[in-house]
Amino acid sequence: MSEKLKIGLYWAASCGGCEIAVLEIKEKILDVAAACDILFWPVALDFKYKDVEAMPDKHMDVVLFNGAIRTSEQEHLAKLLRQKCKVLVAYGSCASEGCIPGLANLYSRQSILDRVFKETPSTDNPNGTMPQLKVKVDEGELCLPEFYERVDTLAQTVDVDYFVPGCPPVADQTWAALEAIVSGKLPPKGSIVGAGEKTVCDDCERKREEKKIKKFYRPWEIIADNEKCFLEQGIICAGPATRDGCGTPCIKGNMPCRGCYGPPPEVVDQGAKLLSALGSIVDSTDPDEIQRVVGEIVDPVGYCYRFGLPNSMLRRAKVG
Amino acid sequence: MVNVTLDGKKIQVEEGTTILQAADKLDVKIPTLCYHPLLDPYAACRVCVVEASVKGKTDLVTSCNTKVLEGMEVKTASERALKARKLNVEMLMAQAPAAEPVKEIAKELGITKTRFEIKDPNEKCILCGLCVRTCTDVVGAEAISFIERGKDRTVAPPFNEPSEACIGCTACAYFCPTQAIVFEDKYGREIIHDELHLGPVTAIRVPIRQAVPMVPFIDKDACIHFKTEQCKLCEKVCEPEAINHAMEDEVMEIDVGSIIIATGYDIFDAKKNAVYGYGRLDNVLSGLDFERLCNAGGPTGGNILLKDGRKPESVAILHCVGSRDRNYNEWCSRVCCMYAMKFAHLVREKTGAKVHEFYIDIRAFGKGYEEFYNRLMEEDVIFIRGKGAEVTDVAETPEEEGKLVVVCEDTLLGLVRRVPVDMVLLGNGLEPRRDADEIARKFNIGCSHEGFFLERHPKLGPVHTASDGIFLAGACQGPKDIPDTVAQAGAAASEAMAMADRGTFELEPITSFINEELCGACKTCVALCPYTAITFDEEKNVSVVEEALCKGCGTCVAACPAGAATQHGFDDEEMFAEIEGALSVV
Repeated sequence: MSEKLKIGLYWAASCGGCEIAVLEIKEKILDVAAACDILFWPVALDFKYKDVEAMPDKHMDVVLFNGAIRTSEQEHLAKLLRQKCKVLVAYGSCASEGCIPGLANLYSRQSILDRVFKETPSTDNPNGTMPQLKVKVDEGELCLPEFYERVDTLAQTVDVDYFVPGCPPVADQTWAALEAIVSGKLPPKGSIVGAGEKTVCDDCERKREEKKIKKFYRPWEIIADNEKCFLEQGIICAGPATRDGCGTPCIKGNMPCRGCYGPPPEVVDQGAKLLSALGSIVDSTDPDEIQRVVGEIVDPVGYCYRFGLPNSMLRRAKVG
Repeated sequence: MVNVTLDGKKIQVEEGTTILQAADKLDVKIPTLCYHPLLDPYAACRVCVVEASVKGKTDLVTSCNTKVLEGMEVKTASERALKARKLNVEMLMAQAPAAEPVKEIAKELGITKTRFEIKDPNEKCILCGLCVRTCTDVVGAEAISFIERGKDRTVAPPFNEPSEACIGCTACAYFCPTQAIVFEDKYGREIIHDELHLGPVTAIRVPIRQAVPMVPFIDKDACIHFKTEQCKLCEKVCEPEAINHAMEDEVMEIDVGSIIIATGYDIFDAKKNAVYGYGRLDNVLSGLDFERLCNAGGPTGGNILLKDGRKPESVAILHCVGSRDRNYNEWCSRVCCMYAMKFAHLVREKTGAKVHEFYIDIRAFGKGYEEFYNRLMEEDVIFIRGKGAEVTDVAETPEEEGKLVVVCEDTLLGLVRRVPVDMVLLGNGLEPRRDADEIARKFNIGCSHEGFFLERHPKLGPVHTASDGIFLAGACQGPKDIPDTVAQAGAAASEAMAMADRGTFELEPITSFINEELCGACKTCVALCPYTAITFDEEKNVSVVEEALCKGCGTCVAACPAGAATQHGFDDEEMFAEIEGALSVV
């Protein structure tokens, strides 16, 4: 028997959902365990960074890295793991595109720190204490990782071999990706694995007719017809501007697609495409009315760039 | 045919003819009140009573409803007949002492007063029922009827209350022989000047006196027949039987190779700017009102008159009404200077009135125009350089009393002037027609920001539009005078001919296409395409661009959220490269 596949998993700026998503393959995790040795998985197993540092270069075969890069610690681990593995996979939306943590790119580092440590109503910080990189205490010197000005994707930090989109990636697709890795049937470098080549609409079973919108609704504002295209009901659905492959679980649950599988193959900027489509389907020829209807969309960045702001052409808001 | 003798004269008439009709043919006058040739006779007033004998039997009969018989001898003014008629008239005089026609007949019969008791000296109604028959038999509205009986009998709507059954056709008043029914405006409105000459019209009419073809039409909204399904009086009186109420408007679909749009313009509605007093002050007329007033086929036969019928002694003409005005339309309407000066010439010629022209600049740019301007100055038209700022009827000095006063800043004298005049003519500017947007959508052509249809290129394609085969002519494309319009229309016609003659046309190379592999079938593009070039292929489950229809506008490319729609020559890579190129010099 050949040597077992050596894999590692790591969690950077993300919610942790991707870690759970790995377990969502259920009993198949046993197959993974049978085929693989897990050498690094801080969320589940007690490894230390020094264990990784001690490995020879390219020691691990695959690392599934989830989460975006926000701090010096995450950047350090991204670089370290890149060095210690053969195949680095950006697993999940945060690592691939920046995702929800990436929306912090709408604000400056200072405004985020001020908000968190000084301004929120529940903050009690009369001395205005702010996190420091190094603090001397009686017991010695304490260190904190540096909080960067911007959220980056994994690929903006280090060289990435494959991308698995999704927030989180659905179990089937995780398994498909792992199976491909286990079997050694790997696609060309830089590929998006565990996803389709069209848009969510292609998988969506809802009835589509003509898109003519007089008013956009937020999902809680109306009861959605569960057979009719969300957009035709005025509910913003990111499906048309989102890569397929998820199997449309949200839509089957009568909630519109939020766009977590990222842009379709030929689209550079998912948010721009979605905004452009939304502006186009307003049922009016009067520029002022179109402006008004589109202007009523609450938080257009949140709707259209929810998962991909750091990876978009905008990358971040101009602040300061 | 029937032979009758009437007052000694023999006549042969058709069977079924009444005595009254036979008398009419012999020019024998029998007085009538309740008779109307368009309604069936009713013999209510009994003024038309005559003496008739057939086969030795003689009797008094009402001539309106008694048909002649073979050998009948009629005496319209025999002693017996006259006695009966006089008695009947005396009774009518007692019933309706104020009815003028009754008085006239009485006078002819030599009656000076009635022997019967007069109930109401102001009564005009003779209770002939002509109005009731009109309302019931002709109009079909059945809004009025006789109520009560005997001496209390009267004509009234149900319960003597204003009736919803009444359609306000005024036919009852029209037919009433004694003017007992009159129509009054509930609000006491007077007819003002502009309504005088562009005022109420009948339901069947020729559109204008110079109409071609000169054929009347029925205005279905106004015609009684289309409200009650009755009337048809016009059918009865039209001898060639040319009227057919059953005819329907037809919508015809005609296949054509090219279309020339020449939908014209609207004039600026001067009511939008209250300072001109248009619609509020008498004798303030818009350009088109004045055209109508001084038209030989117009209401005054071409005489320029004030509302009260006087000739004006002084007239002010205001240029640039709603034009060259940032608050309304910023553009110069090009035709107003010249038509305003034409007005000045007409007023001088027809009335000799003093004419003041209030202008910003005189734009007399066409052939012979400057000469016309010079001629007007020789005709003693007073040109005041300053836009008319206000037209008011509030007098500040005795000579302004009863006049319209035009207030303006005379920029040559450098002072504010008040010029009292009798009549103000507005040089209304030109606007896009109110339905221009709708037409533009229908023909897939664009409108410029002010709303006139957009030509393909201001210099190189002035009669073409963005849609092949659709051409523009005249003021729908922008304010234009008649020579320019004729020139453009000629060009449009020859372009249309040339295209139809060639039978083919060239496509732009920058069409869009949809990558089937990427199309997610969201159908966002289908409804968007302004040229209806995109269809949805249900079998392949993708959208498809029909290249012959695509004009390469790029709307679908911008809207396609899947990145499947791309335009030849404008794909993302090319656009990014262009942007980079453009930015590289920064």
